[in-house]
Amino acid sequence: MPAIHCAGLVKRYGDVVAVAGLDLTVETGECFGLLGPNGAGKTTTIEILEGLTIPDAGAVEVLGMHWDDGARGRALRERLGIQLQDTQLGDKLTVAETVALFRSFYRRKHSVDEVLGLVQLEEKRRARIGTLSGGQKQRLAIACALVNRPELLFLDEPTTGLDPQSRRQLWEIIGTFRAEGNTVLLTTHYMEEAERLCDRVAIMDHGRVIALGTPRQLIASLGAGHVVEFALADGVDTAALLPELEALAGVRSVRPAPDRVSLTVNEVHRTLPALMALVERRGAELSMLVTHHATLDDVFLALTGRQLRDA
Amino acid sequence: MREHPLFQITLARLREFYREPDAVFWVFGFPIVLAFALGIAFRNRGPGELNVGVQRGPGDSAVVSALAGGHDLRATVLDTAEGRQRLRTGRIAIFVVPGDPLVYRYDSTRTESRLARLEVNAAIQAARGRSDVVAVRDDRVVAPGSRYIDFLIPGLLGMNLLGSGIWGVGFTVVQARKNRLLKRFMATPMRRSHYLLGFILSRLLFLVLEVAALVGFGRLIFGVGVRGSLLTLTLVSVLGSLSFAGLGLLVASRARTIEAASGLMNLVMLPMWVLSGTFFSYARFPEAMQPFVKALPLTALNDALRAVMIDGAPLFGLGAPLAIVLLWGAVSFAVALRIFRWR
Repeated sequence: MPAIHCAGLVKRYGDVVAVAGLDLTVETGECFGLLGPNGAGKTTTIEILEGLTIPDAGAVEVLGMHWDDGARGRALRERLGIQLQDTQLGDKLTVAETVALFRSFYRRKHSVDEVLGLVQLEEKRRARIGTLSGGQKQRLAIACALVNRPELLFLDEPTTGLDPQSRRQLWEIIGTFRAEGNTVLLTTHYMEEAERLCDRVAIMDHGRVIALGTPRQLIASLGAGHVVEFALADGVDTAALLPELEALAGVRSVRPAPDRVSLTVNEVHRTLPALMALVERRGAELSMLVTHHATLDDVFLALTGRQLRDA
Repeated sequence: MREHPLFQITLARLREFYREPDAVFWVFGFPIVLAFALGIAFRNRGPGELNVGVQRGPGDSAVVSALAGGHDLRATVLDTAEGRQRLRTGRIAIFVVPGDPLVYRYDSTRTESRLARLEVNAAIQAARGRSDVVAVRDDRVVAPGSRYIDFLIPGLLGMNLLGSGIWGVGFTVVQARKNRLLKRFMATPMRRSHYLLGFILSRLLFLVLEVAALVGFGRLIFGVGVRGSLLTLTLVSVLGSLSFAGLGLLVASRARTIEAASGLMNLVMLPMWVLSGTFFSYARFPEAMQPFVKALPLTALNDALRAVMIDGAPLFGLGAPLAIVLLWGAVSFAVALRIFRWR
């Protein structure tokens, strides 16, 4: 039985279609990522799965159960851990008091100390929430989600706005949770986070899934493992170069952007000398040259023609 | 018990309140400051001296000496323009123009001026030889419970219960909704009834303190007693507080922003502050408005509180006002639950 299964989800807000017919299956024990730019419909989707938003159409099954407002819904909530985007917990309460409050809602649960240990907030147990840093607040939010020993954890943009160190701390917490065979569904717009954490990823845009697979499969779908990006000095017209670029050794595809040209390539060591020679022949000068392993960012760019960050 | 959600929710309410010094002041400090200021300003000393202006000119000194024989009259000789200006600004209650006939210039809608006319006339007539035809003797008493402060303390109590019910419940709910905390609670198996009951319980705990603070203050500083039983006073306060908590819940049931909620709260509270007889008797409003004024929950609560504190009324004598209070509370709760925006 899959941990989550949904089919044909639709949600509209007035004229805006937030989710436009979405099918998804998350297997037990996997970490599944919903990936996409802001406004892609990730939050609406995850809140429908959490039973907090009622879809206009479609069926949802979570841990083999359907959502309702009564006893069955509550029984299901006993088994879920949920972290929402931008929840502000009461500033005047301390860390331990907040965890104790959430803890009281559940039957099967960790002790306050256990769960603070899981998120490494023991030394802050008496601190008021108003005095915590962004990363500490986020770890507290995760603590409130983990307090009932959930089988399935929903995380909505858990690391947005956090510094790199806090982000790594959260990744570790998620890793520990998964090591016990639990399931995670998270949304993010950080491709790096998805590559690092997720077994499978669904890339969303405009309320639909536009690609689904393991990060490795998705990157492999580009047909090449590397990306070379360059720009020419003094506004030399790169458009005229495009046919020649496509013919360069090892180049799979060429994508011009306003400030740069990006090449997807198989073998950097063959493409680069050829590119240099081409630039030399044209008498142009490079103002920028970058090469990197292809990432999910490049997959999104290839699928939508837009950068994920500014999409 | 400590593990019970209702206990934890109520505890969180209490902590959030007493860790907010501003809220503590507005609930406990402010009514006491208000009672103190108004109690001092409106001490019972009767109307005091009445200021009388006498127009400068022939015969003014005769009038002044006649007034010296009156009760609590202070006469000043003034030019015509000065006298009219002081009369207009209320610094004298009446302006006497000597002559034949003697003219009393005063505003007959001012109580003080009408009183001054009676006293001035009596003094002048007596000075010219009029004698009383019936023998009278004054027997002066100070009736307990008849001072302004005795009227004020129950009114402030009612106003305070209204304010803390509506602000206390309304603000917390709207803030939780705005901060998406309400939605976060909905993501747990928490029962909605527990969330709402938490408000009721914390309100009841504060209520005891609020009533004790204000009644104790009135007692200590101004000697305002409670003639009825303390138990009755507590029960009436509890009913009022629950009713206003329901009203607060109704006001907060849909609003998503603090601004929208503040507007609604003021819309609910302002008319009652003015109309419901907190600072002065609502009998002053025209007859046509009386049914409306009496139907307001704060009017009914104030009436009940005054009946207990001033007249010593027993609980069963308060059926009518308490029924109004209860009805408002029950209807508010019922509507609020139906239209409440939980997510």
